[in-house]
Amino acid sequence: MTAIDEIRRAAGAIPDPEMPALTIADLGILRDVRVDASGHVDVDITPTYSGCPALDTIREDVERCVRDHGYEDVTVSIVLSPAWTTEWMSESGRVKLREYGIAPPRDQPFDLKPLAIAVECPLCNSPRTRELAHFGSTQCQAVRRCDACGETFPHFKEH
Amino acid sequence: MTLVVAGAAAVYTLRIADDCLVLSHRLAQWSSWAPTLEDDVALTNIALDLLGQARAMYARTAELDGTGRSEDDYVFMRDEREYVNCLLVEHENGDFATTILRQLLCSTHQLAQWQALTASTDDQIAAVASKAVKETAYHRDHATDWTLRLGDGTDESHRRMESALAALWPFTAELFESDSITHDVAVLGVGPDPEALRSEWDSYVGRVLGNATLAVPESTWRPTGGRRGLHTEPFGYMLAEMQHLHRSFPGVTW
Repeated sequence: MTAIDEIRRAAGAIPDPEMPALTIADLGILRDVRVDASGHVDVDITPTYSGCPALDTIREDVERCVRDHGYEDVTVSIVLSPAWTTEWMSESGRVKLREYGIAPPRDQPFDLKPLAIAVECPLCNSPRTRELAHFGSTQCQAVRRCDACGETFPHFKEH
Repeated sequence: MTLVVAGAAAVYTLRIADDCLVLSHRLAQWSSWAPTLEDDVALTNIALDLLGQARAMYARTAELDGTGRSEDDYVFMRDEREYVNCLLVEHENGDFATTILRQLLCSTHQLAQWQALTASTDDQIAAVASKAVKETAYHRDHATDWTLRLGDGTDESHRRMESALAALWPFTAELFESDSITHDVAVLGVGPDPEALRSEWDSYVGRVLGNATLAVPESTWRPTGGRRGLHTEPFGYMLAEMQHLHRSFPGVTW
């Protein structure tokens, strides 16, 4: 295993501070790992939202993780372009999100128009759900209710 | 970029940063005061998005103006006359109707502006904009839903929206004003001519207000000056509160 693969695997396995069921690789937050000839490690991460308060924690976690794997010389950079999108969330990440009780983002690119695909309830899989509030416990979540089972659940908004 | 050009771009990014920061702080003042728990969460989430957008634009300003100032330097160490936000964002929260209407007017403008900025010749600004467009679309949705519900709601909610409209509408003219800074950044492709954003803003806001049974007020009063550091009285009080801790304990962290 090359150094890049080792670091990518280790850093990618770091849990998201606000949704610890998912790793930063699942979410698509870990963007790039580079190691130059002198052994200097560069890691790029990207925020899900502009003001995401988890990003500083993630940066520290990545730095610590890379050092723990024996690479002392590390720089973690925050890259904004291209902008993060929920389309980068891995398939395994979507499955984990649903198991965690959060409806994953719909498989449709972000658009200013309303989305036509239903959000399925992560508890009973019914497509008959409706939005209660655009904004939830974190910047990336909305709150919905299932008309079938009556449960309220968070939905990872398309972004 | 030449020095002069970077200078204009730096003032321009500072204006956007100040707009985002001041509006963010006003919305944060709703924390624990909103009429419903959902809207307490919504307004503070929107505030957080705006704070993130402000931070990114202060960081870009520091590169463009060459001072290397930190985000905290811009936010806590400048006095009122050095702030270049528009007057609309500093308007006091008032009641929930006033805040919602301010959100509709501001977020519609910000969305059009961020959309234009995704094509900025400044890569950093374009990157921030591509993220901010999505966030701001949610802000506008939120304000639109509430404007419809309150405007076309009860007699009392309609009355409150009408008085909010009368109070806030005059301040919207400033959003589309041009000066030498906006001229320079438009020539360079860094940012849009403010006037170019007007037709989309007029059309969206007009449609929402119409559907909300609210009439656009006639007004000849066009307060201005924010871009030159001339602010309304409540702004000084807001800054005093916001900056007090940092100035009393310089360099404080937690």
